[in-house]
Amino acid sequence: MQHSTWIYILLMILTTNIIRIIPLTLIRGQIKNRFFRSFLYYVPYVTLAVMTFPAIMEATNSPAAGAAALMIGIIAAWFGLGLFPVSVICCMVVFVLEFFI
Amino acid sequence: MGQSRTVVKIMEKSKKKSAYAKGLRDGFPIAMGYFAVAFSLGFMAKKCTLTPIQGFIGSFFTRASAGEYGVYSMVVQDAGYISVVVMSLITNLRYLLMSTALTQKFSPDTPLLKRILVGCCVTDEIFGISIAYPGYLDPRYTFGAFSISTPLWALGTMTGIIAGSVLPTRAVSALSVALYGMFIAIIIPPSKKDRAVCIAVAASFLLSWLTRNLDYIRQLNISSGTITIVLTIVISAAAAIIKPITPAEEV
Repeated sequence: MQHSTWIYILLMILTTNIIRIIPLTLIRGQIKNRFFRSFLYYVPYVTLAVMTFPAIMEATNSPAAGAAALMIGIIAAWFGLGLFPVSVICCMVVFVLEFFI
Repeated sequence: MGQSRTVVKIMEKSKKKSAYAKGLRDGFPIAMGYFAVAFSLGFMAKKCTLTPIQGFIGSFFTRASAGEYGVYSMVVQDAGYISVVVMSLITNLRYLLMSTALTQKFSPDTPLLKRILVGCCVTDEIFGISIAYPGYLDPRYTFGAFSISTPLWALGTMTGIIAGSVLPTRAVSALSVALYGMFIAIIIPPSKKDRAVCIAVAASFLLSWLTRNLDYIRQLNISSGTITIVLTIVISAAAAIIKPITPAEEV
Protein backbone atom coordinates (compact mmCIF):
# COMPACT_ATOMS: atom_id res chain seq x y z
CA MET A 1 0.00 0.00 0.00
CA GLN A 2 1.31 3.42 -0.95
CA HIS A 3 1.17 5.85 1.96
CA SER A 4 0.69 9.58 1.54
CA THR A 5 3.63 11.83 2.43
CA TRP A 6 1.19 14.52 3.57
CA ILE A 7 -0.38 12.14 6.09
CA TYR A 8 3.08 11.25 7.43
CA ILE A 9 3.77 14.95 7.87
CA LEU A 10 0.39 15.59 9.50
CA LEU A 11 0.93 12.73 12.00
CA MET A 12 4.42 14.02 12.77
CA ILE A 13 3.10 17.53 13.41
CA LEU A 14 0.24 16.34 15.63
CA THR A 15 2.30 13.91 17.72
CA THR A 16 5.21 16.29 18.28
CA ASN A 17 2.98 19.16 19.38
CA ILE A 18 0.71 17.06 21.59
CA ILE A 19 3.80 15.95 23.55
CA ARG A 20 4.71 19.60 24.03
CA ILE A 21 1.24 20.65 25.19
CA ILE A 22 0.23 17.82 27.56
CA PRO A 23 2.27 18.85 30.62
CA LEU A 24 1.23 22.50 30.26
CA THR A 25 -2.47 21.66 30.29
CA LEU A 26 -2.23 19.08 33.09
CA ILE A 27 0.11 20.90 35.48
CA ARG A 28 -1.08 24.45 36.07
CA GLY A 29 -0.07 25.15 39.65
CA GLN A 30 3.08 24.95 41.72
CA ILE A 31 4.33 21.44 42.36
CA LYS A 32 4.72 20.93 46.11
CA ASN A 33 6.81 17.75 46.18
CA ARG A 34 10.36 18.76 47.11
CA PHE A 35 12.04 15.97 45.18
CA PHE A 36 10.12 16.74 42.00
CA ARG A 37 10.80 20.47 42.35
CA SER A 38 14.51 19.78 42.78
CA PHE A 39 14.43 17.38 39.84
CA LEU A 40 12.87 20.02 37.60
CA TYR A 41 15.40 22.58 38.84
CA TYR A 42 18.26 20.47 37.47
CA VAL A 43 16.55 19.22 34.28
CA PRO A 44 17.28 22.22 32.01
CA TYR A 45 20.98 22.41 32.79
CA VAL A 46 21.53 18.65 32.65
CA THR A 47 19.64 18.21 29.40
CA LEU A 48 21.45 21.10 27.67
CA ALA A 49 24.82 19.83 28.93
CA VAL A 50 24.09 16.32 27.67
CA MET A 51 23.09 17.70 24.26
CA THR A 52 26.14 19.98 24.01
CA PHE A 53 28.93 17.51 24.64
CA PRO A 54 30.22 15.59 22.75
CA ALA A 55 27.74 16.71 20.02
CA ILE A 56 29.60 20.01 19.54
CA MET A 57 32.62 18.01 18.37
CA GLU A 58 30.51 16.01 15.92
CA ALA A 59 28.84 19.10 14.41
CA THR A 60 32.05 20.58 13.02
CA ASN A 61 34.22 19.24 10.21
CA SER A 62 37.11 18.94 12.64
CA PRO A 63 36.36 17.65 16.16
CA ALA A 64 39.30 19.68 17.53
CA ALA A 65 37.68 22.92 16.33
CA GLY A 66 34.45 21.93 18.10
CA ALA A 67 36.36 21.18 21.30
CA ALA A 68 38.13 24.54 21.11
CA ALA A 69 34.78 26.31 20.57
CA LEU A 70 33.42 24.55 23.67
CA MET A 71 36.34 25.60 25.87
CA ILE A 72 36.47 29.20 24.65
CA GLY A 73 32.68 29.40 24.90
CA ILE A 74 32.80 28.24 28.53
CA ILE A 75 35.46 30.85 29.35
CA ALA A 76 33.47 33.60 27.61
CA ALA A 77 30.25 32.64 29.44
CA TRP A 78 32.14 32.38 32.74
CA PHE A 79 33.17 36.01 32.35
CA GLY A 80 29.56 37.03 31.88
CA LEU A 81 29.05 37.28 28.11
CA GLY A 82 25.47 36.67 26.96
CA LEU A 83 23.88 34.22 24.51
CA PHE A 84 24.60 36.09 21.31
CA PRO A 85 28.27 37.03 21.93
CA VAL A 86 29.16 33.53 23.17
CA SER A 87 27.43 32.04 20.14
CA VAL A 88 29.28 34.31 17.70
CA ILE A 89 32.61 33.64 19.42
CA CYS A 90 32.09 29.88 19.08
CA CYS A 91 31.31 30.23 15.36
CA MET A 92 34.37 32.40 14.82
CA VAL A 93 36.63 29.96 16.66
CA VAL A 94 35.50 27.14 14.36
CA PHE A 95 35.65 29.26 11.22
CA VAL A 96 39.19 30.49 11.94
CA LEU A 97 40.58 27.20 13.26
CA GLU A 98 39.33 25.23 10.29
CA PHE A 99 41.58 27.32 8.06
CA PHE A 100 44.50 25.64 9.77
CA ILE A 101 43.24 22.17 10.60
CA MET B 1 18.70 39.74 38.48
CA GLY B 2 17.28 41.76 41.42
CA GLN B 3 18.29 44.94 39.73
CA SER B 4 16.76 44.05 36.40
CA ARG B 5 13.53 43.12 38.18
CA THR B 6 13.32 46.62 39.63
CA VAL B 7 13.95 48.09 36.23
CA VAL B 8 11.21 45.91 34.79
CA LYS B 9 8.78 47.20 37.43
CA ILE B 10 9.63 50.81 36.66
CA MET B 11 9.18 50.32 32.96
CA GLU B 12 5.99 48.30 33.36
CA LYS B 13 4.43 49.90 30.31
CA SER B 14 7.22 49.11 27.88
CA LYS B 15 7.57 45.61 29.34
CA LYS B 16 5.41 43.87 26.78
CA LYS B 17 7.31 45.27 23.87
CA SER B 18 10.73 44.76 25.38
CA ALA B 19 10.15 41.09 26.26
CA TYR B 20 9.22 40.43 22.66
CA ALA B 21 12.22 42.43 21.38
CA LYS B 22 14.50 40.58 23.79
CA GLY B 23 13.13 37.30 22.47
CA LEU B 24 13.82 38.41 18.91
CA ARG B 25 17.39 39.31 19.85
CA ASP B 26 18.09 36.06 21.68
CA GLY B 27 16.32 34.19 18.90
CA PHE B 28 18.70 35.53 16.30
CA PRO B 29 21.65 33.20 16.97
CA ILE B 30 19.16 30.35 17.23
CA ALA B 31 17.76 31.26 13.82
CA MET B 32 21.27 31.36 12.36
CA GLY B 33 22.08 27.91 13.64
CA TYR B 34 18.65 26.62 12.63
CA PHE B 35 19.15 27.69 9.04
CA ALA B 36 22.42 25.76 8.83
CA VAL B 37 21.04 22.63 10.49
CA ALA B 38 17.74 22.75 8.56
CA PHE B 39 19.68 23.15 5.35
CA SER B 40 21.38 19.81 5.87
CA LEU B 41 18.05 18.32 6.99
CA GLY B 42 16.58 19.52 3.69
CA PHE B 43 19.35 17.88 1.76
CA MET B 44 18.47 14.62 3.48
CA ALA B 45 14.70 15.18 3.02
CA LYS B 46 15.24 15.57 -0.71
CA LYS B 47 16.75 12.09 -0.84
CA CYS B 48 13.57 10.91 0.92
CA THR B 49 11.45 12.31 -1.95
CA LEU B 50 10.02 15.31 -0.08
CA THR B 51 9.00 18.35 -2.11
CA PRO B 52 10.18 21.84 -1.02
CA ILE B 53 6.67 22.79 0.14
CA GLN B 54 6.32 19.58 2.16
CA GLY B 55 9.68 20.31 3.76
CA PHE B 56 8.63 23.86 4.58
CA ILE B 57 5.31 22.88 6.17
CA GLY B 58 6.73 19.85 7.97
CA SER B 59 9.55 21.89 9.46
CA PHE B 60 7.45 24.97 10.26
CA PHE B 61 4.95 23.03 12.36
CA THR B 62 7.18 20.30 13.78
CA ARG B 63 10.51 21.99 14.58
CA ALA B 64 12.33 18.89 15.75
CA SER B 65 15.55 17.96 13.99
CA ALA B 66 15.93 14.34 15.11
CA GLY B 67 12.19 13.73 14.93
CA GLU B 68 11.92 15.07 11.39
CA TYR B 69 15.00 13.18 10.33
CA GLY B 70 13.47 9.95 11.62
CA VAL B 71 10.08 10.52 10.00
CA TYR B 72 11.46 11.60 6.61
CA SER B 73 13.55 8.46 6.46
CA MET B 74 10.32 6.48 6.98
CA VAL B 75 8.61 8.24 4.07
CA VAL B 76 11.04 6.70 1.64
CA GLN B 77 10.65 3.29 3.32
CA ASP B 78 6.86 3.54 2.97
CA ALA B 79 6.51 2.67 6.66
CA GLY B 80 3.13 2.32 8.41
CA TYR B 81 1.39 5.34 9.92
CA ILE B 82 1.55 3.92 13.44
CA SER B 83 5.32 3.65 13.27
CA VAL B 84 5.53 7.33 12.29
CA VAL B 85 3.61 8.22 15.46
CA VAL B 86 5.87 5.98 17.56
CA MET B 87 8.98 7.48 15.98
CA SER B 88 7.74 11.01 16.70
CA LEU B 89 6.94 10.04 20.29
CA ILE B 90 10.31 8.50 21.03
CA THR B 91 12.53 11.05 19.33
CA ASN B 92 10.66 13.95 20.93
CA LEU B 93 9.92 12.60 24.38
CA ARG B 94 12.38 15.06 25.87
CA TYR B 95 9.90 17.84 25.02
CA LEU B 96 7.59 16.27 27.60
CA LEU B 97 10.27 16.87 30.26
CA MET B 98 10.97 20.36 28.99
CA SER B 99 7.30 21.37 29.00
CA THR B 100 6.97 19.93 32.50
CA ALA B 101 9.87 22.11 33.65
CA LEU B 102 8.22 25.12 31.99
CA THR B 103 4.97 24.61 33.95
CA GLN B 104 6.83 25.89 37.01
CA LYS B 105 8.15 28.94 35.19
CA PHE B 106 4.80 30.70 34.61
CA SER B 107 3.27 33.32 36.85
CA PRO B 108 0.03 31.83 38.28
CA ASP B 109 -2.16 34.24 36.31
CA THR B 110 -0.83 33.17 32.91
CA PRO B 111 -3.86 32.08 30.86
CA LEU B 112 -4.06 28.50 29.58
CA LEU B 113 -3.99 29.56 25.93
CA LYS B 114 -0.65 31.31 26.38
CA ARG B 115 0.75 28.28 28.21
CA ILE B 116 -0.30 26.07 25.32
CA LEU B 117 1.17 28.42 22.72
CA VAL B 118 4.47 28.56 24.63
CA GLY B 119 4.36 24.77 24.73
CA CYS B 120 4.05 24.63 20.95
CA CYS B 121 7.16 26.81 20.69
CA VAL B 122 9.31 24.33 22.64
CA THR B 123 12.46 23.17 20.94
CA ASP B 124 15.76 22.42 22.67
CA GLU B 125 16.96 25.96 22.04
CA ILE B 126 13.74 27.91 22.69
CA PHE B 127 13.26 25.93 25.90
CA GLY B 128 16.85 26.71 26.89
CA ILE B 129 16.48 30.46 26.63
CA SER B 130 12.93 30.50 28.06
CA ILE B 131 13.96 28.66 31.22
CA ALA B 132 16.89 31.09 31.59
CA TYR B 133 14.53 34.11 31.49
CA PRO B 134 14.84 36.01 34.78
CA GLY B 135 11.86 35.47 37.11
CA TYR B 136 8.55 34.29 35.72
CA LEU B 137 8.55 33.62 31.99
CA ASP B 138 6.92 36.35 29.93
CA PRO B 139 5.31 34.38 27.06
CA ARG B 140 6.11 37.24 24.70
CA TYR B 141 9.80 36.50 25.12
CA THR B 142 9.28 32.96 23.85
CA PHE B 143 7.04 34.22 21.03
CA GLY B 144 9.76 36.68 19.98
CA ALA B 145 12.37 33.96 19.75
CA PHE B 146 9.87 31.70 17.99
CA SER B 147 8.93 34.29 15.38
CA ILE B 148 12.48 34.71 14.09
CA SER B 149 13.76 31.15 14.46
CA THR B 150 10.82 29.16 13.05
CA PRO B 151 10.68 30.80 9.60
CA LEU B 152 14.42 30.26 9.23
CA TRP B 153 14.13 26.63 10.28
CA ALA B 154 11.41 26.09 7.66
CA LEU B 155 13.21 28.14 5.00
CA GLY B 156 16.44 26.28 5.68
CA THR B 157 14.71 22.95 5.09
CA MET B 158 13.06 24.20 1.92
CA THR B 159 16.29 25.73 0.59
CA GLY B 160 18.14 22.52 1.35
CA ILE B 161 15.61 20.53 -0.66
CA ILE B 162 15.73 22.97 -3.58
CA ALA B 163 19.42 23.69 -3.70
CA GLY B 164 21.15 20.62 -2.37
CA SER B 165 24.54 21.68 -1.14
CA VAL B 166 25.40 25.22 -2.16
CA LEU B 167 26.50 26.65 1.20
CA PRO B 168 30.23 25.99 1.55
CA THR B 169 30.72 23.18 4.07
CA ARG B 170 33.08 25.41 6.07
CA ALA B 171 30.30 27.93 6.62
CA VAL B 172 27.86 25.18 7.61
CA SER B 173 30.46 23.79 10.00
CA ALA B 174 30.98 27.16 11.70
CA LEU B 175 27.26 28.01 11.85
CA SER B 176 26.35 24.67 13.36
CA VAL B 177 28.12 25.48 16.64
CA ALA B 178 25.96 28.61 17.10
CA LEU B 179 23.35 26.49 18.90
CA TYR B 180 25.90 24.94 21.22
CA GLY B 181 27.40 28.34 21.96
CA MET B 182 24.01 29.36 23.28
CA PHE B 183 23.62 26.24 25.36
CA ILE B 184 27.00 27.01 26.92
CA ALA B 185 25.93 30.57 27.68
CA ILE B 186 22.83 29.20 29.43
CA ILE B 187 24.44 26.50 31.57
CA ILE B 188 27.65 28.27 32.66
CA PRO B 189 26.30 31.25 34.69
CA PRO B 190 24.20 29.06 37.06
CA SER B 191 27.14 26.63 37.30
CA LYS B 192 29.27 29.50 38.51
CA LYS B 193 26.66 30.46 41.13
CA ASP B 194 25.59 27.01 42.36
CA ARG B 195 28.16 24.29 42.92
CA ALA B 196 25.52 21.56 42.71
CA VAL B 197 24.58 22.71 39.19
CA CYS B 198 28.27 22.86 38.29
CA ILE B 199 28.78 19.24 39.38
CA ALA B 200 25.58 18.12 37.61
CA VAL B 201 26.78 19.79 34.40
CA ALA B 202 30.23 18.22 34.68
CA ALA B 203 28.64 14.80 35.30
CA SER B 204 26.41 15.35 32.26
CA PHE B 205 29.39 16.10 30.03
CA LEU B 206 31.24 13.06 31.32
CA LEU B 207 28.36 10.57 31.09
CA SER B 208 27.23 11.89 27.73
CA TRP B 209 30.76 11.45 26.40
CA LEU B 210 30.96 7.95 27.88
CA THR B 211 27.69 6.80 26.28
CA ARG B 212 29.03 7.85 22.87
CA ASN B 213 32.43 6.26 23.36
CA LEU B 214 31.93 3.03 25.31
CA ASP B 215 31.78 0.22 22.81
CA TYR B 216 29.10 -1.84 24.49
CA ILE B 217 26.72 1.13 24.69
CA ARG B 218 27.41 2.11 21.10
CA GLN B 219 26.60 -1.42 19.98
CA LEU B 220 23.08 -1.05 21.43
CA ASN B 221 22.46 1.57 18.75
CA ILE B 222 20.30 3.82 20.94
CA SER B 223 19.23 7.09 19.34
CA SER B 224 20.77 10.26 20.71
CA GLY B 225 17.29 11.50 21.66
CA THR B 226 16.78 8.48 23.91
CA ILE B 227 20.22 8.87 25.46
CA THR B 228 19.37 12.50 26.23
CA ILE B 229 16.17 11.48 28.02
CA VAL B 230 17.72 8.67 30.04
CA LEU B 231 20.74 10.72 31.11
CA THR B 232 18.60 13.74 31.94
CA ILE B 233 16.30 11.71 34.18
CA VAL B 234 19.11 9.79 35.90
CA ILE B 235 21.43 12.74 36.53
CA SER B 236 18.66 15.19 37.54
CA ALA B 237 17.11 12.63 39.90
CA ALA B 238 20.51 11.89 41.45
CA ALA B 239 21.18 15.62 41.90
CA ALA B 240 17.71 16.13 43.41
CA ILE B 241 18.36 13.36 45.95
CA ILE B 242 21.91 14.41 46.83
CA LYS B 243 21.24 18.13 46.94
CA PRO B 244 17.54 19.06 47.10
CA ILE B 245 16.93 22.74 46.45
CA THR B 246 16.07 25.10 49.27
CA PRO B 247 13.21 27.59 48.68
CA ALA B 248 15.75 30.45 48.28
CA GLU B 249 17.19 28.85 45.16
CA GLU B 250 13.90 28.82 43.35
CA VAL B 251 12.78 31.18 40.64
